[in-house]
Amino acid sequence: MTAYTPVHVGTVTKYVVVESFDFTPADLGIRAYEISKGVMIKETCFGLVINGKEEEVDRIIAELRKLDPEHIFVKDRGFPPGDARRCRANLGGARPGYNGMEYEMTVIPYVSHGLEELNIRDENTIPEPENPLEHKALDIARLRKLIDAQES
Amino acid sequence: MVKVFIYPATSLILSDMVARYGHTPLSSAVAIRERIQTAGLESAPLQITPEEPKKGLKWAAVEVPAGVRGRMALYGPMIEASEAAIIINDADLAFGCMGCARTNELIKFLLHQKDIPRLELNYPKNEEDGVRFVAAIKRFLTGLGGTK
Repeated sequence: MTAYTPVHVGTVTKYVVVESFDFTPADLGIRAYEISKGVMIKETCFGLVINGKEEEVDRIIAELRKLDPEHIFVKDRGFPPGDARRCRANLGGARPGYNGMEYEMTVIPYVSHGLEELNIRDENTIPEPENPLEHKALDIARLRKLIDAQES
Repeated sequence: MVKVFIYPATSLILSDMVARYGHTPLSSAVAIRERIQTAGLESAPLQITPEEPKKGLKWAAVEVPAGVRGRMALYGPMIEASEAAIIINDADLAFGCMGCARTNELIKFLLHQKDIPRLELNYPKNEEDGVRFVAAIKRFLTGLGGTK
């Protein structure tokens, strides 16, 4: 076994995912370069990957979020940008783990809509979502629909 | 600021929501980062060494596959450190082989056993679901208190 020497020790990497009608990853990239100091920024198809000291990365992300708060989403990443163990440029095909993000990108418009609504509505007036652990009985209206579909 | 375990542990939406409302998300990226930034022996791609299944014995018995125990070495300490949890129950993206699937079951079991505030959800399927989804998360997270 060979010795392993880590790189970018003491840094954090974060994804900035943009799902907006007004901003593209390129817009975010330009804005991030304008305000960044000593961080690594990689533009991707879905947004940016930013690597650097935690305080600096958080500062840049806070500024980027102001552009379109309801349509910019952020999460941590374990590997730095372009890491040969994860980067699809070396591996080919989609990056491992991309299927998760790809699925959530289909749901994010609903979440963005929810965030926008909460700017104008009080969250305490909004009903609870259905409890996934609750056993669901067949709704009588749905049963009727099924019977009608069978009869026709 | 409360440490909130998110399931699926790689979820972009949950990670963002928890951070957006002033808490700390405990996601798999944090555990992976810790390993790939620690010097040792080369064990690509995730720097999971033969030591991890041994550490996983704390949460899973010795006859449980090493894949589950190795994964639990990542998630177990985070579950122990968590002070609240948000679980999405219909996360098809968290599919996997025996290792991943059983680890996911064990994670959910341990979270249900732990006496912490827990929010159970499904992914929204339309805009009204989205509003309810975000409102439930906001209510839950603001109710935890201690936001930064």
